[in-house]
Amino acid sequence: MLAPEQNWWKPMDRLEKTWLTVALVWCIFLTIMMPLWYFQGKQNVPTETYRTTPQQYAVTVNEFVAKYQIGEESINGIPFPVVAPPAGSDVYIRASAWQWYPILQLEKGKEYRLHLSSMDYNHGFSLQPVNINLQVLPGYDYVATITPTSSGDFTIVCNEYCYLGHHTMVGKIIVK
Amino acid sequence: MATLAPTFPWVKGAKDDYRTCPVLTLKVDMHAERLIIANAVMAVLTLTIGGIAALLIALTRWQTFHLLDATWFYRLLTLHGIDMLIAWMVFFEIAGLHFGSTVLLNARHAAPKLAWLGFILMTIGGLTANVVVLFDPRNTVAYTAYMPLKASPVFYLSYILFAVGALIAVATFFINIVVAKREKRFEGSMPLVAFGFMTAAILATYTLLQGAAAIVPAFLWSMGVISSFDPGIYRNFFWGFGHPAQQVNLAAMISIWYSLAQITVGIRPVNEKFSRLAFVLYLFFINLGAAHHLLGDPGLSFAWKAVNTSYAMYLAVLGSMMHAFSIPAAMEVALRAKGYRKGLFGWLRNAPWKEPGFSALVISIVIFGWVGGVTGVVIGTEQINMLVHNTMRLPGHFHATVVSGTTTAFMGLTYYLIPLIFRKELKLKKWAVWQPYIFGGGMLLLSLGMITSGLQGVSRRNWDITFAGVVPGTVELTLAIFGIGAILAVIGGIMFVTVVFVSVLTGPRTEANKLLLVSGDGNPVLESTKLTDHMMEDKQNQPRGAFVLVFAFLVWFAVYYFTNWWLLGRTWFIR
Repeated sequence: MLAPEQNWWKPMDRLEKTWLTVALVWCIFLTIMMPLWYFQGKQNVPTETYRTTPQQYAVTVNEFVAKYQIGEESINGIPFPVVAPPAGSDVYIRASAWQWYPILQLEKGKEYRLHLSSMDYNHGFSLQPVNINLQVLPGYDYVATITPTSSGDFTIVCNEYCYLGHHTMVGKIIVK
Repeated sequence: MATLAPTFPWVKGAKDDYRTCPVLTLKVDMHAERLIIANAVMAVLTLTIGGIAALLIALTRWQTFHLLDATWFYRLLTLHGIDMLIAWMVFFEIAGLHFGSTVLLNARHAAPKLAWLGFILMTIGGLTANVVVLFDPRNTVAYTAYMPLKASPVFYLSYILFAVGALIAVATFFINIVVAKREKRFEGSMPLVAFGFMTAAILATYTLLQGAAAIVPAFLWSMGVISSFDPGIYRNFFWGFGHPAQQVNLAAMISIWYSLAQITVGIRPVNEKFSRLAFVLYLFFINLGAAHHLLGDPGLSFAWKAVNTSYAMYLAVLGSMMHAFSIPAAMEVALRAKGYRKGLFGWLRNAPWKEPGFSALVISIVIFGWVGGVTGVVIGTEQINMLVHNTMRLPGHFHATVVSGTTTAFMGLTYYLIPLIFRKELKLKKWAVWQPYIFGGGMLLLSLGMITSGLQGVSRRNWDITFAGVVPGTVELTLAIFGIGAILAVIGGIMFVTVVFVSVLTGPRTEANKLLLVSGDGNPVLESTKLTDHMMEDKQNQPRGAFVLVFAFLVWFAVYYFTNWWLLGRTWFIR
């Protein structure tokens, strides 16, 4: 709080130098971990993105559902198509207030190109209990290349506030 | 040695309107004093409103009570964000800036009218935001107001008014410093605390300008002047404001850490160069942190995310790690110099634990670093963010930084402002002694409850997570820990507000006659000037205990960091 003496540019002592060096090395290590995982790790944040419009994306999703629908199931009393696309294909989920459409049925250990986009607001794709969380924006077709490593019923929760019915926005992915 | 009261060469024609603080022997400009009081009062008032909202939303998320309906939950959540994260913080920081640019420099407030204009705009903006959020049914957005969810134009306007007011107030800080330097009110370098506040002010300037880049287009769009605005770009600009705003809080908090350490144990910075360098690192690198909020966004490359989220190379984190050593080290040296030299931690056992400024300081440093800082770096790791984005781990992190850290430090300092600036005797001293522990303990539980809930996938900003039907039973437990923590913290908050208002509103105005509130008649600030170079360098006074503590911190940091990579490695393959 008080003015320092005139010349405060003094060498650091041993403890300060040691801590500064250790902290710097730790910071460099933290930096290196990210590219290391990028090249070696199996879980990376998707980057593939295309421009789209809500109208255009809705058409694509409808064609996708028409092609691969195998049944119907309801969530919170609303019926949703269950869609079972072939392994390795492009699969689509459409976010809108307050639905994740449609229900996907995937195979364990197979790779899929999962497209995510919104019809209206920001939404949050939160797959539980796998705990993968991504942001979904209108106008952006976000492609996540995923491989389910566990089977069962998985819930998609919306974790970005999207107006008053936000908490009712729940979807489903089935992995056989 | 530091000089306390340099000559005071008022320029010709300038009116003397100051008093001399009998305790710190610093000159206090009366314009600055009134501005500090006004801003501090608004800060505590908005803290009170935000605190009421905090209790209600916490009792809603604690599923056992589930108090509010969905509409009021989302409204009060927005209100809580605005009043706490913007109004309480910024009003208090503006009070700090007026203090740092006048009292600490023995200088006058060179632009009081401008500063009052800023204060009035901030007050109007803040009040308008509160009214709109509570009573305008068209208003549907969260605190972040992500486009294209539309709020009423008045909502955006209230943000703009507040920001313009804050920008004007920050401008007076720079004016004061330039005038003080030209009038030779201080010689040589600025005091470290003022230097820290200047870091905060520089960060605040571009933070507010970036906020304008998000909110002004949103305002025009809500008026129908422009037809659309890219939601991704909005997010980038909004967090260009939202994240650096937290770094303003950080820089202000650390300045206050140095202040509290000097007020309560009479530290002299171990090495001014070391501490100032750490502030400079904030200045250069911390603005990249906007990326922390965009790590799960489409359209951005790995390289962009990795470089920005790591502040180039974790250089801003390095700054924090430097302060994490330099402040405890300075405290240790000061206490050892007083004779508390037994073992590694004898100085800690003999520290003034009853002094609210000291306990608030220690609680703030420990929870900020061990919980807030560590979780922040982990969440900000590009890939690990996928496990965390928008889950309750996020508010768990920033309640440890902004509340347990910043708010506790601000509360601690407020106790000293009451005798020194408000010139009132501090009442309910026993309450003040206990308050930091209750508030800090509550916030720690709250953060841990949030973090452990988030680890199980509980989403933030969500009225009722049971809709998801995926929540395992242990979430009941972690949400209960969160809720109990919230109640304790609210009790601590009520104690703070009561102590402040009872002290300020009752009793006569008296000049303070001592610095410490409960632990004796000493004056550590004046004693710190007697710490000679010889005492600072004495082998017996070396900060070995603080050195051990930072290494323990590093071990915990590494354990938490690697645990999260392990968790990530267990989830589905994704790229």
